[in-house]
Amino acid sequence: MRSLWPSIEPLLDGVTKPARYIGGELGALTPEHRPGAVSWLLIYPDTYEIGLPNQGLQILYELLNERPDALAERAYAPWVDMEAAMRAAGVPLFSLENHLPATDFDVLAFNLSAELVYTNVLNLLDLAGLAVRSAERSAADPLVLAGGHCAFNPEPLADFIDAFVLGDGEEVVGEITEVIGSWRAQGSERQALLEALASLDGVYVPSLYEVRYAGDALAEVVPASPAAPAEVRKRTIADLAAWPYPKAQLVPLTEVVHDRLNVEVFRGCTRGCRFCQAGMVTRPVRERPGEQVREMVRAGLARTGYDEVALTSLSTADFSSIEETVRAIVGGECGDQQVSVSLPSLRVDAFTVATATEIARARRTGLTFAPEGGTWRMRRVINKLIREEDLYGAVEAAFANGWRRVKLYFLIGLPTEQDEDVLGIAALARRCVEIGRAYHRSPTVVASVGGFVPKAQTPFQWCRQDTVEELRRKINLLKEACHKVRGLSLRWHDPEASVVEGLASRGDRRMGAVIERVWRAGGTFQEWSERFDMATWAEALAAEGLSFDAVAYRARDEDETLPWDHLSAGLHKDFLWSDWQDALAAVAVEDCRWTPCYDCGACTGAGLEHVVASPVPPAGGSQGTGQDLSRGDRVPVRFTAGVGTR
Amino acid sequence: MTERLRVRFVKLGKVRFTSHRDVARMWERAVRRSQLPVAASQGFNPRPLLAFGLALPTGAESLAEYLDITVVDGAAVVPLDQLARDLSAGLPVGVEVAALGWVTGDAGSLQEQVTSCSWDLEVRGVRASELARRVEQLLGAPSVPVQRERKGRAVDDDLRPAIRSLSVTPRQQDCAGGGSVWLQAELATRPRGVRPRELADALGADVVLGRARRTQQWIEHGGERREPLGMGAGLGTAIAAHAWERAS
Ligand code: SF4
Repeated sequence: MRSLWPSIEPLLDGVTKPARYIGGELGALTPEHRPGAVSWLLIYPDTYEIGLPNQGLQILYELLNERPDALAERAYAPWVDMEAAMRAAGVPLFSLENHLPATDFDVLAFNLSAELVYTNVLNLLDLAGLAVRSAERSAADPLVLAGGHCAFNPEPLADFIDAFVLGDGEEVVGEITEVIGSWRAQGSERQALLEALASLDGVYVPSLYEVRYAGDALAEVVPASPAAPAEVRKRTIADLAAWPYPKAQLVPLTEVVHDRLNVEVFRGCTRGCRFCQAGMVTRPVRERPGEQVREMVRAGLARTGYDEVALTSLSTADFSSIEETVRAIVGGECGDQQVSVSLPSLRVDAFTVATATEIARARRTGLTFAPEGGTWRMRRVINKLIREEDLYGAVEAAFANGWRRVKLYFLIGLPTEQDEDVLGIAALARRCVEIGRAYHRSPTVVASVGGFVPKAQTPFQWCRQDTVEELRRKINLLKEACHKVRGLSLRWHDPEASVVEGLASRGDRRMGAVIERVWRAGGTFQEWSERFDMATWAEALAAEGLSFDAVAYRARDEDETLPWDHLSAGLHKDFLWSDWQDALAAVAVEDCRWTPCYDCGACTGAGLEHVVASPVPPAGGSQGTGQDLSRGDRVPVRFTAGVGTR
Repeated sequence: MTERLRVRFVKLGKVRFTSHRDVARMWERAVRRSQLPVAASQGFNPRPLLAFGLALPTGAESLAEYLDITVVDGAAVVPLDQLARDLSAGLPVGVEVAALGWVTGDAGSLQEQVTSCSWDLEVRGVRASELARRVEQLLGAPSVPVQRERKGRAVDDDLRPAIRSLSVTPRQQDCAGGGSVWLQAELATRPRGVRPRELADALGADVVLGRARRTQQWIEHGGERREPLGMGAGLGTAIAAHAWERAS
């Protein structure tokens, strides 16, 4: 074990943000590499600032380092200037703890949180000094694993990754460690290791499956080895209370996103928003007990010195113990210093705004809501059941409570979308500005518009994606409609990036060659707009005989084989299909946390159930519960100029 | 009159690659962890009242960084040696409290008070004898004209008045055990602070700066030079030896 630090240090005087490469965070460990311990390098394939706060990676980091038979270090993608300096100096990808070369580790494990980082994964394998294709690596090379939400359609990376982990990683990383440990003790072939891994629940070894095509279409993906199960099911930890991690959250030495204490209050979401992969693949809801949350906040604040804590989940306002928890933190029960609390995802109602106001003592600058769709019909299609009165009530409460800026998130390119739905976005946003005028001289409303990307294991997995031209036309409609509205600003996501994301989110194994071509052409950091290059993708697609039409701009039939059909996020395919049919008919469904089960499969099929402390939906209702859905687009609120009345 | 604690700290080793802003954030967290009753700024977004001295360039090390902490009026403070330990415990490896003491409320801020800094600068690219010749030439010159950018325009400037002293130590045994050519410089902070890089450039285009380490900051008053906490000059060396051991 030889530290590369003496060769790294001279490079750092010439690169931007050199603190990305030094490690040394509070909470970082310097594990000792020892015989009998399986060494993991946990890699986030994006920059340090984006990757460091990732909770999933930090949880596995602690769990592995607690084990006597394992150890873990971390690596992030070096920015292009550092990568060039490293390649010129012959320095390979290295870990931040002991500054060891990546190839000193037994396992390289990638966290896949977004599709546009796929070319970075290849680049990091290459920077480590490995062949990018699994078939060209030997038993002497580290085993390459990947997990995270994108692993629910792993096929585009199937040629490069030895094994994927589906679902929660807490338990399975230990099982993988044991399999590697005993394989190493026996000294057998790489094939034996892969077969042993395939026998673990939640582990998918793509090389043990054969992909058959019928002409241009995918016919099936079937086991090619007796060790490979016909279907790989995701892993789910039944009880979050048993996993109070991270216990020692990393506190970086330099600026990163989400630079604050983060405490996960629940995992999973059953609001049933049909576009949301994160919600669909993490069912059921598993809450952390309120007392444990408060204890984690207390210990975390004392240990880190942070003055801000985020209570994280896919929809924190739905946490049963939200009120007690917020009251405890703000009331000084979790430490005697002033602390501000942030809820990364707000439910759209006035009640939630009141809570947000209470806790955001400092920096009351802006609140964000995500109605996602411009009309009530559109929101029923996507099952985001926010009535206009809910939105206007929330926005009014925000402005009335002293907030000056409201940010609204929307999607365009949704299934069944008409121009009227797109223009509805501008109408909602304009109305929100008017509401703000009653309270402030110059309120600001930011409407942020993203292009919808259909994702695997969601009801919208069959849907066609809008073309770049369609998305551009819709953005132009919005630009016109928002033009010259004082206080309203429109922001939009690059349609080309959305479409490329769609290639990776629903592509099959043939997409791997496209990703490799783009990487070889220098296309790294594609999620960074200044580095994204559509032309490279278009050329690579054409060179492989594929097209945007075939992969992204095409609706799928019920009986078409989907590239991820042999993988299960717990959701029955017929549930997803009937939810898709409901969507097309604009029929909404309620949150199953508080209402009868739809038998989606997540609980029923896995012997699990929701872990929710409250038997009733929150005050004000949520996602269909306690709401009168018959009047979603009538607004029972009147506004007179200058005075906000209810 | 509010009370101010003046802290001298070191920044050595890997952590030298963090920025001045990064160091400020580290201190905010360390101070909160230490439970020191720090006064907060007024306004909508109150911050603890920490006032940092001269910014240290990212990549440079220092044996003599300072910050003033305004403590809540009349609040009880743990004994200073205990406080030094508590603060250091909350700081990353390589950043450590070297000394601390009270300053009276009417003393100026660090930015106002400090008049010069001493630097050890590692130089590559030129031999010791050649560097010594250029140093002598530079010290003998009536002015050292340089061009620098200010608000997007190039302005002429003279470095010479800011160079208080300059000497060459060939093969100085530095703390890391290296054996290269080192410059010792004392650079004034007024009328503006001269950066080590500017000095290196003035010594020739082939002068490549290696490690840079601030060793002292000075307050000159009535012809007398003192360390901002009023400590003897020998302390710097003692601090270096101790802190270096921890940082590496
Ligand atoms: S199985 Fe039933 S209760 Fe569980 S997430 Fe699916 S619909 Fe909801």
